[in-house]
Amino acid sequence: MTSWIDMTFILVVVIDLFLLASSRLGAAIRAVALQGALLSLLALLLASPAHDTGHVLLVSFGALAIKAMFIPWLMFRAIRETAIRREVEPLIGYVPSMLLGGAGVALAFAFSRGLPLPTPEMHAFLVPTALATVWTGLLLVVSRRKAVTQVLGFLVLENGVFVFGLLLTDFMPVMVEAGVLLDLLAAVFVMGIVMFHINREFSSLDTDALASLKD
Amino acid sequence: MVTLIVLVPLALAAAALAWPDGRTRPLLLLAGAVAHSAGMVALWVHPEPPLFDGYLFLDAAGKVVLTTTSVLFLATAVYAQGYLRRRSDRDNRMFVGGLLVLLAAMTVVGLAQHLGVLWVAIELTTLATAPLIYFNRNARSLEAAWKYLLVSSLGIALALLGTFFIALSGAGPGGPKSLLLGDLIGAGPELARPWVRAAFVFLLVGYGTKMGLAPLHSWKPDAYGEAPGILGALLAGGVTNFAFLSVARVFQVARAAGEQAFACDALLALGLLSMALAAVFMAGQRDFKRMLAYSSVEHMGILAVGLGLGGSAVAGAFYHVLNNGLSKGVLFLTAGNIHRAYGSKRVDDVRGASRRLPLSGPLFLAGFLAVAGTPPFSPFWSEFVIVNGALGSGRFVVGGLFLLFLAVIFVGMGATVLKVVQGDDRGAPARPGYGDSWLTAGPPLALILLVLALGLWLPRALENLFQSAAHLVAGS
Repeated sequence: MTSWIDMTFILVVVIDLFLLASSRLGAAIRAVALQGALLSLLALLLASPAHDTGHVLLVSFGALAIKAMFIPWLMFRAIRETAIRREVEPLIGYVPSMLLGGAGVALAFAFSRGLPLPTPEMHAFLVPTALATVWTGLLLVVSRRKAVTQVLGFLVLENGVFVFGLLLTDFMPVMVEAGVLLDLLAAVFVMGIVMFHINREFSSLDTDALASLKD
Repeated sequence: MVTLIVLVPLALAAAALAWPDGRTRPLLLLAGAVAHSAGMVALWVHPEPPLFDGYLFLDAAGKVVLTTTSVLFLATAVYAQGYLRRRSDRDNRMFVGGLLVLLAAMTVVGLAQHLGVLWVAIELTTLATAPLIYFNRNARSLEAAWKYLLVSSLGIALALLGTFFIALSGAGPGGPKSLLLGDLIGAGPELARPWVRAAFVFLLVGYGTKMGLAPLHSWKPDAYGEAPGILGALLAGGVTNFAFLSVARVFQVARAAGEQAFACDALLALGLLSMALAAVFMAGQRDFKRMLAYSSVEHMGILAVGLGLGGSAVAGAFYHVLNNGLSKGVLFLTAGNIHRAYGSKRVDDVRGASRRLPLSGPLFLAGFLAVAGTPPFSPFWSEFVIVNGALGSGRFVVGGLFLLFLAVIFVGMGATVLKVVQGDDRGAPARPGYGDSWLTAGPPLALILLVLALGLWLPRALENLFQSAAHLVAGS
């Protein structure tokens, strides 16, 4: 059992690094979808008998439906309609962003070593995985030019927050976790609409075209 | 009443989305504003006990911000009647509906005593405002909306992580295992301090992004520059004040857990940085709406410094919340009038506004004088209380820098404002039919008179409210 959980956490981090190195948008969206599915699996694997089963199932299926299916579908639609396939010249190159991502993972482990959990330990990899994923998301948002990749970065960031939220499943009200899913849905929904308009105004999803406002 | 001031704006928002007639739809906005103000008056007369197991409660700190916003929203709703009539070329369905949802969301932020509810409501303010920035349907407003949405969403995601950290800090054996402010503050030293400290960092960054504190302000000049004046007024005088309230809530928890010194230092650093950055970017600003954005960065900095100083300065910060809200209303609404009358917001094009707009031009100047802290307008007094708090507690460096930045900003902002207001408007670009009317110039006039009256005479009830808000948040 523990080795399965270990494996899942490691896969989540591997996907983080893969995303930092990947230039093909289709592959990146699939990777984010896979990460969403892994999170849904984690919610089940980490549940202890003390947990309310209904609640665990709700979180797990919610993550599967929204993070692994609905949003990737929305993103695929967006890239199909705008006919873009690749990220072009990121602000931070693929190799440097891989290195930064790797450094982030190391730092996340160091940071979580320094912050002892007040709760009974759920899993040693949980906090570092969450922080490394948050870091990856931030890195993707600031270093990529395409609107689609920035949204993907935001999703990865949200995935990191979700992993951290798993620590709280046994005592937090449903509302906070529902907030995560709702937030994800709403944010991407609105972003999707905005992207549609960006596409019509500029006929590309390159946010570099969005650079006329400056001092 | 507490539930009504949330539900009535929401119901009216739904009505606005279904309302078939664009000409009469703005009246729903006015109805929502009047209902909200009436509700606030009722809550002043008859305070209500906590609702829903203590999740919602109007305490002193919330009351300051919510009262300010209610007055500001009423003024902007009257203004909107004139504004939307002139903009009848645009569909105002989303605009009216979005503003009413924003009012409901801001009200929940003011009432929330639970950090999760607070977070959801802050998220909702972002979602309600992002489409409104895009009201003008052009490439520039789209860029502004995209930046606003992306930067705010990042801030909100980090704030959620911070909220989780706080939840975790109280999850140990004997901890409160709750996100209710009362439970967290009651548990105080029982909270795991390293996690509270980390949480404060993430929440300050998250809600600081919504406040627009430097260096997290990058969305602000674009959003304020491109959004209609109404939305600028409500963002700069409403939403950012509520983000400050959220930071103050987190500060309450950090203080109870014994992390006050760290939290104060962080607030002072970001606050002074914001004022410094505003001073640099305000000088030589060629776009008067973007200039107002930097003014907003400055005033958020003032609030952060007031809270960070502690002691008597905290009451000054809450006084400044009121003054900031009202005087930002004056500035953004008159700036909108000037922008429309010239069809430009470039300082190079716009001159002689006091001739072309005999009300809005002088009001813009008066708004500048008020916001820059000139007596007898009320912002002078709140800034005075904060400086006094700094010097009185021996923080001479903080007090000195505060005064220096205020002086530099006065000069920088004054130069731009005078260029716009003074001079001869002949030869400047013109758009006939966009002169002053009572509906568009009356609300800022009423707001500036209120700012003046509060500067001449501050009612005892308000003074007590600022004191009790300060006592609640910082124990001073």
